[in-house]
Amino acid sequence: MHNKTLSELSEMLHKGEVTSVELTRHFLDRIKAHNTELNAFISVCEESALAQAAAADEQLKNKTAGKLTGIPMAHKDIFCTKGVRTSCASKMLDSFVSPYDATVVEKIAASGMVMLGKTNMDEFAMGSSNETSYYGPVKNPWDTDRVPGGSSGGSAAAVAARLAPIATGTDTGGSIRQPSSLCNLTGLKPTYGRISRYGMIAFASSLDQAGPMAANAEDAALLMNAMSGFDERDSTSVEREVPDYTATLNDSLEGLRIGLPKEYFGEGLDPQVAATIETAIKEFEKLGATIKEISLPNTHLAVPTYYVVAPAECSSNLSRMDGVRFGHRAENPRDLQDLYQRSRSEGFGAEVKRRIMIGTYVLSAGYYDAYYLKAQQCRRLISDEFQQAFNEVDVIMGPTAPTTAFKLGEKTDDPVAMYLADIYTISTNLAGLPGMSIPAGFAEGLPTGLQIIGNYFDEGRLLNIAHRYQQVTNWHKQVPAAFA
Amino acid sequence: MSLNKSDVEKIAHLARLTIDEADVADYARDLNNILNLVEQMGAADTAEVSPMAHPLDAHQRLRPDIVTEHDQRELFQSIAPETEAGVYLVPKVIE
Repeated sequence: MHNKTLSELSEMLHKGEVTSVELTRHFLDRIKAHNTELNAFISVCEESALAQAAAADEQLKNKTAGKLTGIPMAHKDIFCTKGVRTSCASKMLDSFVSPYDATVVEKIAASGMVMLGKTNMDEFAMGSSNETSYYGPVKNPWDTDRVPGGSSGGSAAAVAARLAPIATGTDTGGSIRQPSSLCNLTGLKPTYGRISRYGMIAFASSLDQAGPMAANAEDAALLMNAMSGFDERDSTSVEREVPDYTATLNDSLEGLRIGLPKEYFGEGLDPQVAATIETAIKEFEKLGATIKEISLPNTHLAVPTYYVVAPAECSSNLSRMDGVRFGHRAENPRDLQDLYQRSRSEGFGAEVKRRIMIGTYVLSAGYYDAYYLKAQQCRRLISDEFQQAFNEVDVIMGPTAPTTAFKLGEKTDDPVAMYLADIYTISTNLAGLPGMSIPAGFAEGLPTGLQIIGNYFDEGRLLNIAHRYQQVTNWHKQVPAAFA
Repeated sequence: MSLNKSDVEKIAHLARLTIDEADVADYARDLNNILNLVEQMGAADTAEVSPMAHPLDAHQRLRPDIVTEHDQRELFQSIAPETEAGVYLVPKVIE
């Protein structure tokens, strides 16, 4: 039952072949059986999940149910959930029970889906391996000595091990796509502004975007339908109609122009990963696409630019964690200064502190022009060159990550080495473009991911391209043997 | 330039963080490595480039000046570490 697509589950529910309560119990049992090993969930919401499932069964019985009614899912623990702990994988918010729901949570609940629980992640979404979580690292279901990627590592592991049919993630520099690549999932980071950020705990506000992490493109399209849309409570939300993302899944790829940036295939890319990507590209040629080599010469600026913009914004966003209104508070503070300093120092982990300090430094008096202004200018260069490329090609393809999943602990002592895990994904966040990762094969038994980057609001096209590829390949159907 | 221990302590103070004496050297090393990475931006010629604040060059939306939020003080304060008579408590700041 856990290897079925959302459409298959929906059909079973609507035909009465299974109830939502049964389905929900099935996944709760799987979480019970496997979560100790994987650490994919921070909170499991058994009681509320079963209550939501019972309500879904009522709707199914009354024929008022929608396509997603009664299907279980999991939320990354960055989305505020009313009455449920929302920790962001930080000691700072270990006891934080949100007084309200994020818009994404509200919309998915309104579609009738059942929330199984909240998934593990890097602390405040800062990391590429899920090792900065206060609740410990998540293990990759394909090899439990390896990382699942990050920051949405818990969502990735949960879906890969089929502890949940689908999950939400967020992506600031690759946090949906890189773990999707490392865990053999289909993950989509939409255009900036497509999905509301209201109630999604902010890391870098100009880069953060939520999206689905799924077993296949059709599932991702279904969740996109439920998640997307304008929200007046998010000032950067875009007022633009949401298409039915499932309607265009089967469109022909005849004549599709694919650009391959030579900078995405250079030094640092594992040759075995490169080989799987090249094979995948050939598949698209068979489907009628044409291939063109392009150049994005400012690609090398993306990681340096990101490590100014993201820390600057995070240092500002995380200033709200001060031990006064919510979250961790130090005991017996001497004075106000001591209250702030000790609450924050006790509540934040090392990577979060590093990024807050970098952000504080680059924004401090006298350094603004050299760092922040320069970074915003570099951001324009990166964005402009994508637009030039889109004059010649419809989509851009390349690897999602330079390697397959690395070993736990391999990069924890070297922040900069960890940052380079996102070398191919960061540019799209800086430009605000949609990007996707889809399973593209295996290298020594570990999954690889093909990245597809589109122009603004081309999510439907990306899902269509992914779906057509998944009609003629079966990489996305592979599940780790231990969790089959 | 390179950050020394006292720079790190100053930045930590600005960020309202305390770094244990024993960890300051490690933070200095890591922050310098990150800043070295960041310095690679210097190679780009950006003299004529306007900074990009938003990918879609969006403008701030306006809304009618009407009340949309309702008083939820009790709910919000129920998760606060320390409150009294409807206010948040902090250590005394005025003698």
